Amino acid sequence: MAAHRCSLSALLLIICSLLVFIVADSEKATLTGDHHATAVDNLQTVTETEEGAAAEEPAVEEERRWEETVVEEATADKEDTSAPETVVQSSVPQPKDDFQEELVIRPLHSGDIYASFQFRTLWETDFMRGNKVSHYRLFPKSLGQVISKFSVRELHISFTQGYWRTMQWGQPFLPSPPGAELWVWFQDSVTDVDGTWKELTNVLSGIFCASLNFIDSTNTVQPSASFKPLGIGNVTDHRFLRYATLPREIVCTENLTPWKKLLPCGSKAGLAVLLKSEKLFHSSFHSQAVHIRPVCQDWQCKTTSWELRQTLNVVFDLHTPGQGKLEWSLFKMFSRTLTEACPLASSSKIYIDITDDPQGEQFEVSPATHLLSQAMVLGDRRTFSVYDLTQQITFGTVRSLNLLIRWKSSEGDMLRPLLHAERYVAGYGLQTGEIHTLMYNNHPYRSFPVLLLDSVPWYLRLYIHTLTVTSKGKDNKPSYIHYQPSKDRVRPHLLEMLVQLPPNSVTEVTVQFERALLKWTEYTPDPNHGFYVGSSVISSLVPSIVAMDTNSTREQPLFSSFFPCKEESSYFMRVYTEPLLVNLPTPDFSMPYNVICLTCTVVAVGYGSLYNLLTRSFQIEEPSPGLAKRIANIIRKMRGVPPL
Amino acid sequence: MLAIFAVQLTLAVLVTSVFACIQYRPLLFFSSGHTNNWAVLVCTSRFWFNYRHVANTLSVYRSVKRLGIPDSHIVLMLADDMACNHRNPKPATVFSHKNMELNVYGDDVEVDYRGYEVTVENFLRVLTGRLPPSTPRSKRLLSDDRSNILIYLTGHGGNGFLKFQDSEEISNVELADAFEQMWQKRRYNELLFIIDTCQGASMYERFYSPNLMALASSQVGEDSLSHQPDLAIGVHLMDRYTFYLLEFLEDIHPSSKANMNDLFKVCPKSQCVSTPGHRTDLFLRDPGSALITDFFGSVRKVEITMETINLTEPIQQTYSYVDQLPVSEIIHQKPKQKDWHPPDGFILGLWTLILLVFFKTYGMKHLKHIF
Repeated sequence: MAAHRCSLSALLLIICSLLVFIVADSEKATLTGDHHATAVDNLQTVTETEEGAAAEEPAVEEERRWEETVVEEATADKEDTSAPETVVQSSVPQPKDDFQEELVIRPLHSGDIYASFQFRTLWETDFMRGNKVSHYRLFPKSLGQVISKFSVRELHISFTQGYWRTMQWGQPFLPSPPGAELWVWFQDSVTDVDGTWKELTNVLSGIFCASLNFIDSTNTVQPSASFKPLGIGNVTDHRFLRYATLPREIVCTENLTPWKKLLPCGSKAGLAVLLKSEKLFHSSFHSQAVHIRPVCQDWQCKTTSWELRQTLNVVFDLHTPGQGKLEWSLFKMFSRTLTEACPLASSSKIYIDITDDPQGEQFEVSPATHLLSQAMVLGDRRTFSVYDLTQQITFGTVRSLNLLIRWKSSEGDMLRPLLHAERYVAGYGLQTGEIHTLMYNNHPYRSFPVLLLDSVPWYLRLYIHTLTVTSKGKDNKPSYIHYQPSKDRVRPHLLEMLVQLPPNSVTEVTVQFERALLKWTEYTPDPNHGFYVGSSVISSLVPSIVAMDTNSTREQPLFSSFFPCKEESSYFMRVYTEPLLVNLPTPDFSMPYNVICLTCTVVAVGYGSLYNLLTRSFQIEEPSPGLAKRIANIIRKMRGVPPL
Repeated sequence: MLAIFAVQLTLAVLVTSVFACIQYRPLLFFSSGHTNNWAVLVCTSRFWFNYRHVANTLSVYRSVKRLGIPDSHIVLMLADDMACNHRNPKPATVFSHKNMELNVYGDDVEVDYRGYEVTVENFLRVLTGRLPPSTPRSKRLLSDDRSNILIYLTGHGGNGFLKFQDSEEISNVELADAFEQMWQKRRYNELLFIIDTCQGASMYERFYSPNLMALASSQVGEDSLSHQPDLAIGVHLMDRYTFYLLEFLEDIHPSSKANMNDLFKVCPKSQCVSTPGHRTDLFLRDPGSALITDFFGSVRKVEITMETINLTEPIQQTYSYVDQLPVSEIIHQKPKQKDWHPPDGFILGLWTLILLVFFKTYGMKHLKHIF
C-alpha cells in the first residue's frame, strides 16, 4: 500500500506541477491573503473529509492533493526571509522583497542634532528583459512602472532645503546639494536618451509634486568621469548618464507627502510616524532623497535585486525651539514618540552615535540600552547604542519610546573633516566676474586626487583661458580636464577636472566669466532676485583612518552601506559647494509704459502750446463793471434805455 | 382571520408604494446630472506680502478636500511658496485666522503647479486640455461631459483682467473663450466660477457658454479688501470674501442640503465692504436646486437595492449645443458706459479747429461761405 502510494504521489507531483504552472500563471495577480485564508480553510476541510472517507477515487484524491500542494508552496513563497527549498517545485518563482528601516541620531559638537532616516526595500525581480511585473507588494508601484517604462538602471533624486555646513557638522551620511538634483543612468537598450530623459523628468515632477519639468537641455549635462554608477553594471558609457540640478527648487510639505506615500507602511507605523512636516521644515537642513539601483544579493553576485532607498536627513538647530538647556528628545524633535515598528519591516532600529562619549561624560542617553554596535562609516569606526523596535521590551511599560539625550558638558572638539570646499563669486559690476572654488585638504601628510564637476549655465560665459588652479601659491596642473563649452540657450558649460590636492593645503580654482543679456521673455517674474548657478560637485577617494569593509553583502547598518567600497584604505566621499547667486543685467520692465506716457505727454503739451501760439489773437477787454452797475444796466435794458 | 387579512392588505399597500417609489427613483437619481467633481484652484500672486492669496486658495482647497474631492481630481496652482518661505516664522504652515488658529496648509497637501509654472498659458492649457503628451496625470484636468468643475481664482486684478505673477495678465475675453472651448469639447457638465480679486465682476461679464455660474467678491469699480493681519507673521492673512466663504463652508458637510442661494448671501456689504456679485443667467437649472456639494464636494449617489429597476423612459436630455445663446452679439458687444472713451464730438471739434486755423491764416472771408 505504501509503495503504491509512493508511485501514485510521484505521478501526482508531476501532474500537480504542470497544473500549478498553468494555474499560478493566471492566478499570480490575484493571490491575496484572503485567498490564503480560504485555501487554508479548504485544506482543513479537505483533511477532515480525507480522514472521514476511507476509499476514494484517484481523481478526487488527486484534486485534494493538488490543493494541498498549492497552499504549501504559496505559503512558503510568501515568507520574506531565506528561500525555502520547495520553490524548485513551483516553476513560477514569487519575487521576494524585504524592507528595513533605521534612524541614526548623531549629536553634533555645535549642540545641534543630526537625524538620518533610511528606508530600504530590496526586491528580487527583473524589471527588464520583457517581464511585465504586475504584482507589487513592498516596492511602490509608481516607481516600478517608471523604471520599466523608461529603462532606468539607476535613479537618484534629492530635494534639499538648506546647506550642509561641513566645518561645523562633519560629513553627512548622504550628501546632497541645495535644491533638487536628479541623475539617472539609463540601460544601454535606450535609443533616444534625451527624449526619454525629458519624459522621465515630467513624470517625476508629477510623482513628487516638484517643478522638475524645468529640467531641459539648458541645465542637463553628461559628466564623463563623475557620477559613476553606484549599483552593479557593466556599462559605463557616459552617453547614458544625465545629471541636472535645480538650485532654486523649494522643498515643502507637498514634496514630503508623496515621498511618505512610497513607504510600505506609509506614515502610519514604524519610524515614519516621526515625519511631521511642521517640525521637519523648522530646521537648519532638510534633505529627502530616493535612490534606486540594482545590487548584488550575495558575495558571488549571481543574483541581483533592485534596491530602493528613501533617505531623509535633518539637522535640528539648537536655538530654534527656544530651549535653554541642552536636551534633545524624540518628542522635542519630532513632536511624536514611537509606539511600534512597521509590521512589514524585517528590521527596525534606532542608532545613537556615542563614539565621542564612550564613558557617558558628555551626554547621557535614556532609556539606557545595553545593545552596542560598531560600524565603519565615513572612514572611521564609530560606536552606536542600538534600540531594536521589533523587540517589545524596547518600548517598556509605557508602550512608547521617547529617547532623551541630555548634554552634561560641552567640551571636546570635532575631528576636522578631511575634505571641504567653498565657492564664491568675486568681482564687481554687472559685466564680468570671477568664480572661485576653494578645496581644503586637511589631512596632515596624505594627498589624494579629487574630481571637480562644474556645470555653469550658458548666460555666464566662462573664459576658459583664464582658468587657474593653484595650491600653496604654486600652479597645480590637473591630470585630466574635460570641458564642453556652452551653446547659447541650448547647453550649459561642463568642466570636469582631476586635481591632486597636496596635504594640508588649500587649492583654488578660478575662472573669469562675462554676464550675458537675456531676451526680455527669458527673465523670471522676479529677476531682481538673481539667477542661480548650481553647486560644484567634488568626488574623491579619501584615505581612511581605519580599514573599510569591502564585502558589501554582509549585514551592516544601512547608513554605512550606501557607497560601495572597493578598497580598504580609502572610502568614497562627495562634497557639494554652495550654489551661487548672480545678478544679471536686468532691464526695467516698466519702461514701455513709461515711454508711452512720456511720448503722449510731450506730444500733447507740445502740440497744444504750438497751436495756441499759432492761433491765439489778443484783444483788449473792458473790465467787468461792479455789481450795482450791472443791476442798473439790466433795469435800463428792460426800460429800453441805453446802458451806462 | 381578519387580522391576517389586515396584515395582507397592509403588506400589499406597502409593496405597491415601494414599487411606485422604485419607479420614481431613477428620476431622482439622475436629477443632478453630474457623476464626478473636479476643482481648479489658482493663486496668481507672488511675493511674501501676497500671503493672503495663497491662504485664500488653500482654504478653498481644504474645504473641497474635506467634502470629498480627492487630490487626483484637484489641480492646485500656487504661484509662490509661503509655507516654507524663509520669512515665515512657522515653517510648513499657512494660517487663515489670526493667532494661528487654523493651519490651512495641513499635512498632506499636493500642489500640482507651483512657482514659475503658474502662467496664463499653463492655466489655459489645463482648462482646455491641450497639454504636451508628457504631462503627468496629476497636472491634467481629465474632466468629461458629466463633470462639475469648480474654478477658483484669486490674486490682483482690475477691470477686465487678472494679473499673473506680476508679469502677465489674463483678460475676461480669453477666459470666456477658454470656457467656450471647454463647452464645445464637452469638458464640463456645469461650472462654478468664483473669483476673489479687485473688480472681480468684470471677469465674468463676457461669459457666453451655457451652464456657467459665476461669483465675484466685488463689482466693477470696487476693491476687494483683506481681512485681518497677524502681528506675528506680519502680513494680512486672508481676504474678506474668502474668509467668510471659508466660515460658510466649514458648516457644510457632505450630506448638507444647502444650495446656491445660500452661497450668494455669503459676505454681505456690511462684512465685505465691497459688494459681492453673481451671475446665473447662463445656468440652466434654478440656482436654488443646485446644492453646494454639487460643486464643492464629491457626493456619490449610491443606492443599494435588490430589486431590478426598469428604466422605461429615456432620460430627458436637457442640454444642447452652442446655439442657445446669440454668440456673435455677445462677443461684439459695445464696451460698458462706465469706460471712459472720448466723446463723439471730439472728431467734430478737431475738424472745427483745423478749419478755424485754416481760415485764420488764409482770411476770414471764406468763413462766411461755410457757416
